[in-house]
Amino acid sequence: MTYHTKSLSELSALLEAGDVTSVQLTEHFLARIKAHDGELNSFISVTEAQALAAAAEADAQRSAGKAGPLTGIPIAHKDIFCTRGVKTSCGSKMLDNFTSPYDATVVEKLQQAGVIMLGKTNMDEFAMGSSNETSFYGAVKNPWNTRAVPGGSSGGSAASVAARLAPAATGTDTGGSIRQPASFCGITGLKPTYGRVSRYGMIAFASSLDQAGPMAQSAEDCALLLNAMSGFDPKDSTSLEQPVPDYRAELGKPLDGLRIGLPKEYFGEGLSAEINNVVQTALQQYKDMGAEIIDISLPNTHLAVPVYYVVAPAECSSNLSRFDGVRFGHRCEDPKDLEDLYKRSRGEGFGDEVKRRIMVGTYALSAGYYDAYYIKAQQLRRMISDDFKQAFEKVDVIMGPAAPETAFNIGEKADDPISMYLSDIYTIAVNLAGLPGMSVPAGFSNNMPVGLQIIANHFEESRLLNVAHQYQQQTDWHKQIPEAYA
Amino acid sequence: MSLGPDDVKQIAHLARLQIDEQNIDGYASSLSNILDMVEQMNEVDTTDVQPMAHPMDVAQRLRADEVLEENQREAFQAIAPKTENGLYLVPRVIE
Repeated sequence: MTYHTKSLSELSALLEAGDVTSVQLTEHFLARIKAHDGELNSFISVTEAQALAAAAEADAQRSAGKAGPLTGIPIAHKDIFCTRGVKTSCGSKMLDNFTSPYDATVVEKLQQAGVIMLGKTNMDEFAMGSSNETSFYGAVKNPWNTRAVPGGSSGGSAASVAARLAPAATGTDTGGSIRQPASFCGITGLKPTYGRVSRYGMIAFASSLDQAGPMAQSAEDCALLLNAMSGFDPKDSTSLEQPVPDYRAELGKPLDGLRIGLPKEYFGEGLSAEINNVVQTALQQYKDMGAEIIDISLPNTHLAVPVYYVVAPAECSSNLSRFDGVRFGHRCEDPKDLEDLYKRSRGEGFGDEVKRRIMVGTYALSAGYYDAYYIKAQQLRRMISDDFKQAFEKVDVIMGPAAPETAFNIGEKADDPISMYLSDIYTIAVNLAGLPGMSVPAGFSNNMPVGLQIIANHFEESRLLNVAHQYQQQTDWHKQIPEAYA
Repeated sequence: MSLGPDDVKQIAHLARLQIDEQNIDGYASSLSNILDMVEQMNEVDTTDVQPMAHPMDVAQRLRADEVLEENQREAFQAIAPKTENGLYLVPRVIE
């Protein structure tokens, strides 16, 4: 059986009908990982024994009549989520020896819903990167062209789903780390509203921006996963007390009268002509479904990258101070004093990009510079957020490209941090404003996938998923699988 | 904004990061480029704009000061680099 060509929703139906068991599904995907991941490098750890045991348990639960829609579904977790008794590296040498003593809330919630963990996916070190090349475990390859990057930082999750080594995966998005790799790999990814999904046990990068979300084959699959992932968590002080709707409930709503905002700033200089064509074609399809296109402006868009590269490094320099070689993680050999212990453990444990960001953040927060950098950035952050507020008075959703270009080649931008940072130019503002956003496969340019970005107002994930699902009823871009993995 | 090798050494010290001597110039140049890019922020007048610390302007939630977790010292110290009698070991601080 070619279970891997089926969506998570279809697999759920097969399990429900008794046409397949969770053990069979889990074995199938584990075999695919074995066969293909040598080339792709999308997994850091594969948890075969645990997966098979959990699958057998899920099958027993189903026989006992206690199964939900996700019971027995195997998925992969980004290696940023703490998993009890399993190595949790965050793509870093610093945590190469770290076995988490507890589960992240996201992991726990999915486990309670009956989901089986296949393994932990590769990622940019501490989620800092847009290409997966900063991982201590080596670059991940894009299944559509193994010379190209899968995007980042959730590149392992995106590549594993694109190659159907897992039906779906979890990801995290601080400045585009779900949407940009989803776009590069031709899958559907959703970054929820800030505070929607618990950050407990998700190794922190920039706490006011980080958010976990599903990466899957379709909006419908994302809805199913988000149902299980969302919700208030007293263990995360930034988790918001908002009821969790059934995200599948509004998928079928017609789009008649939907007002789509097109920010002129997302279609200017730097956008590839072919990506523009793909997005315009998608917009025409939305018009045909009854949507109205409205030109809008988000005038501070050009400031999003500079603001982000103050806020995110500042928060990261503070968050990553916990890695000190004392309680867990890498420790240098024979430290001569405490300062030597800190400096060498951190110097040896962190890679280049992480060091760079810690230093930018340390500088921006240091005495005499705090107002000029951090406060200034926080003020501009409000202006960027206000742009969206005004836009959402006129429109229901905002659309544009997820990235200015398709997946670039491995090594192409590795030595040029700024040009790497600019590949998140359309996604970063959404994090600064705390809004939910998606990338949905909308076509190809030079045989590489192109993602359409859809942005909604706070807590309007249902609308986002509805808008994406209706498009996926009219198109089959999301069903394309790279030939080598079909 | 241009940072020199001494600035990089000072920042690395503040961040408790050991940087190899041969990489200092590289960091000076990449950090300077990043700060130059960030300079764009100064084009905009932000007088009277309230800084935004939280995307939804929500204040930190507080809870009653009750013990909710049980002691898991052994589990936590099992993954520590060096412990003894329930304590984390570091190089001698006071002679």
